[in-house]
Amino acid sequence: MTVLCLVERDGAGAADVSLRALTFARSLGEVAAAVFGDAGAVPVADLSGFGVPVAYAVGSDELTGYAPQAWARALAGLAAELSATAVVAAGTDRGHEVLAHLGALTGLPMAANCASAAAGADGTLRLVRHRWAGSLLEDAVLDASRALLTVAVDAVAPVAADHPAETAVRTYQPGLDEADLRVVAAESAERSAGVSLATARVVVGGGRGVGGPDGFGVLEELAGLLGGVVGVSRVVTSEGWRPHKQQVGQTGTRISPELYLACGISGAIQHMAGCLSAKHIVAVNTDPDAPIITHADYAVIGDLNQVIPALVTAIRARGAGS
Amino acid sequence: MDIGVCVKRVPMVGGKIVVTADGQDVDTRMSGFTVSPHEECAVEEAVRLVESHGGSVTVLTLGPPAAADQLRDMLALGASRAVLLETDGREWGPIATAEAIVAAVRDAGYDLLLFGNEAADTGDYQVAIRVAHALDLPCATGIKNLEVTGAGARARREYRGTEEVFDLPLPAVISVKEGINLPRYPSLPGRLRAKRATIEQSAPEWHPEGLRKERLWVPAGETKRAEILGTGADAVPALVALLDELGVLS
Repeated sequence: MTVLCLVERDGAGAADVSLRALTFARSLGEVAAAVFGDAGAVPVADLSGFGVPVAYAVGSDELTGYAPQAWARALAGLAAELSATAVVAAGTDRGHEVLAHLGALTGLPMAANCASAAAGADGTLRLVRHRWAGSLLEDAVLDASRALLTVAVDAVAPVAADHPAETAVRTYQPGLDEADLRVVAAESAERSAGVSLATARVVVGGGRGVGGPDGFGVLEELAGLLGGVVGVSRVVTSEGWRPHKQQVGQTGTRISPELYLACGISGAIQHMAGCLSAKHIVAVNTDPDAPIITHADYAVIGDLNQVIPALVTAIRARGAGS
Repeated sequence: MDIGVCVKRVPMVGGKIVVTADGQDVDTRMSGFTVSPHEECAVEEAVRLVESHGGSVTVLTLGPPAAADQLRDMLALGASRAVLLETDGREWGPIATAEAIVAAVRDAGYDLLLFGNEAADTGDYQVAIRVAHALDLPCATGIKNLEVTGAGARARREYRGTEEVFDLPLPAVISVKEGINLPRYPSLPGRLRAKRATIEQSAPEWHPEGLRKERLWVPAGETKRAEILGTGADAVPALVALLDELGVLS
């Protein structure tokens, strides 16, 4: 039972999301990893630690950059060669995209954002998958000759194998059609500066309760004092108060900070889907019955426009006194 | 340029998702419906492209008869035609959905087919790609910035703190994400026009597929209650103590 797992790289190692996908894939059988690029780029140490006995460096002369359909064609060929029972990828933009292309190329169903999978008695797979970005779960049955699955990455922790494997690295050269290379990504050199919302240790959130575009100064000031960044709810971006890149939620950025201080945010499903991975949520809200209170660990009942300036003053005073 | 935009009617879930007693659907008795957010942005993008390049915007949806409401909302935003692929209320899988869309658009001669990257409810991430394959068209997904010139489209998306750029010849299939634009509020004349517009209809045939829903459920752990630190500015000392304990004060 070979399970082929697409592994995305992050620098010299495997991306954290792919380590989660490998952990998931290992529950379904013996994992073969597919890494696009040359053999030297295969993150052998990570793959070994996660118990992967064989990795394929996938590439060809025509494949010069990320090409979703070409990647899918390559996985289709490799999965057939290995008689893989499943192809697994992390639930990232690329993972979803490549597996959807693979589904379209092969006519097979594709199950996105799976949290778990277990073999059923009749050769089917019993899945739990995310709907509403994880706010709702679906028990599903997948009946297919080869399972195509993406992994809901915040549902699966990366767990190294009990026994590391000796990872053999092989190369695989896919046969590609011209049409597979119609769409190839060029990566722009621009990198966003500053602390990223997705990886910030502290996020100070602002919602409708901020009251308008002028109310965010004090939240920015607090975020600065805490070494964090400001995130906002969907209503704030829909009103045009702040740019969409600051949105936390199902249609924005998913955050996983140590502390999420949610100010004037009611706690709609759309928003909470983006901060389920926060370690601690502290809400500041005038309404003790707001949905956020049932998601938060701590709450201050009150107007953020009084609480936050007072908090900023107190933190500054503390800094001055120490 | 003629643009087709596929949208989906989804429940407006607000603060809480409730599942029907049979575990088959989201209970919508207390909520309304809306167009899935990425798709509303796809319609706005199409309307803007047609405002600068000329042409038409046709909005399509596969859904129950009541999905005509969402088509009218999109007509009010500026779409010129609306097509309802009518279902009997059953949930359609992504393969059957893509087939129904392909049948509806194959001979329509669109220069561009726009989708949302994934539906807010089912999150299948694949209908646009399956449609592109069936029509043998190039495809890009997750797009946050789109420029269309005479012969092609340049589409950009975020990738790990940087940006990926795709150049596609037209016709093409592109799925977009919220943030590509800020959809306008419908104008009063737009709403009136939408109310009077004729919605074209067809009734494609449902078929089962390999991925079958058994039951929906809300994950546990959603019903904790926050420890109240205090009220108003009086709570600040307790809040500072908590931040200190969490190690976020330098």
